[in-house]
Amino acid sequence: MTTPARRIPSDLRLEADASARFLPWALAAMVFLAVLALAGAMALDSAVSHWRQGVSTRLTVRIADQPGAAMAARVNAATELLRAMPGVGKVTPLDRDGVAALLRPWLGDLANASMAEALPLPGVIDVELLPGQALSIPALATRLENTVPGAQIDDPKPWLDRLVSLARLLQAVGFGVVLVVGLAAMMLVVFATRAGLAARRDTIEVLHLIGAEDAYVARQFQRHVSRLAMLGGLAGWLLAILLLLAILLLAGNVGRGMLPDIGLAWWHWPLLLALPLLGWALAVFTARLTVLGELRRML
Amino acid sequence: MLRFQNVGMRYGPGPEVLRDVSFTLPPGSFHFLTGPSGAGKTSLLKLMYLAHRPSRGVITMFGQDVSTAQRDALPLLRRRIGVVFQDFRLLDHLSALDNVALPLRIAGVPEDRVTNNVAELLAWVGLGDRLEARPATLSGGEKQRLAIARAVIARPSLLLADEPTGNVDPDMAQRLMYLFVELNKLGTAVVLATHDLHLLDRFKFPTLRLKGGELRVAPAGQPYSGQAS
Repeated sequence: MTTPARRIPSDLRLEADASARFLPWALAAMVFLAVLALAGAMALDSAVSHWRQGVSTRLTVRIADQPGAAMAARVNAATELLRAMPGVGKVTPLDRDGVAALLRPWLGDLANASMAEALPLPGVIDVELLPGQALSIPALATRLENTVPGAQIDDPKPWLDRLVSLARLLQAVGFGVVLVVGLAAMMLVVFATRAGLAARRDTIEVLHLIGAEDAYVARQFQRHVSRLAMLGGLAGWLLAILLLLAILLLAGNVGRGMLPDIGLAWWHWPLLLALPLLGWALAVFTARLTVLGELRRML
Repeated sequence: MLRFQNVGMRYGPGPEVLRDVSFTLPPGSFHFLTGPSGAGKTSLLKLMYLAHRPSRGVITMFGQDVSTAQRDALPLLRRRIGVVFQDFRLLDHLSALDNVALPLRIAGVPEDRVTNNVAELLAWVGLGDRLEARPATLSGGEKQRLAIARAVIARPSLLLADEPTGNVDPDMAQRLMYLFVELNKLGTAVVLATHDLHLLDRFKFPTLRLKGGELRVAPAGQPYSGQAS
């Protein structure tokens, strides 16, 4: 006797469980939050490295405008002094247009405006330091001030240190959010699995008495949670990635001068892809352990 | 094949429902299990189908001491036991075919053999035209036959049946009894709990008689003393 191929139904009918309705939504929300938190933390990591690199090798010398003193001559004097200092590499004085370009995000286009001539713009010199050579910033500042009164070194290190500390704290919060969301997802899977087991206690007892091993029952829960976690994880991940791309696009449009240099490196993207996969594996593993743990209490 | 030695059983801290129960079931034997309601028949069956541990004594099954056996060892032993529960314990969301197929699927039998064997057996118990019916749509007698089919499909070494003919008409009861006898002739040991005096009179098998939690083995053909309620 031959019969046409028919679908083998699930013994536990978990697809009819309440978890089938709420678990994908909850997991989607969790993966969404975790991906955003991780992306934020990783973006801060890039920014901190970038900032640190810039600060350790660059200085800005600012020469305040003084009535009656020719700015060009004072900038030249300061440039000559800086070029003669050991440990100093490239010294680039910015011309008036360069200074105007720096101010453009705040004051608009000054190049042809009549008021530009009247503005007391400072002289600005960009200084690159040679790596590996010790240079006393206070000593350099004193010599500059003596040679060109009104010349000051903008040393960003102190405020950058505070900024980096804040960024590191925010990063820790980001990673903490990922961890907490992961733990909450695990707890959710545990509760959903326990509820599913409790509702099917009689059926599971019958399966046991017919000779089913715990792993046979656990596999059905694993398959169920796997399907739901994949569905929720994919939805949450897609939504988070779309939002991230939109944020990066908007940040690009605002302009580099206005926003700190925050972005994602290429190797951050595989990590963001791995997050929902890790969440899926964690959910399936949690379901299995929960079932095996609970069944161990039955005979 | 199955041996009880001074077995006692209690539920939690309650009184003993079975006391000093000792008997041996040889392979291929057939026994009735009788006794008034509350005598401990279901408790004794629970011990036999490994749903409960004894509170004292030793139970040896298929050469293993099951009173202290590890949990992990029980599934393989249970696959050698077929059980017809008094309340059937069918899975309501599964069709008749899938209910009966469960023991084979759990044991990992290939699906083509599962479907063919199950359909054949269901036809034999008169449910050949109800393969896809859900238990809720079956009559009491049909459910009973379905439960029996599930218990015997894997050709168990030991078949335990709790009132398996209680819900069927006399003709079907006799037909099911012949199924048990046939299975027994093929080597399956059978323990059949019943209140049906006609069955006890008609089929001369030894009887395990329970009264007040104590068990006495009556040889085949000994007249029934009317303990059944």
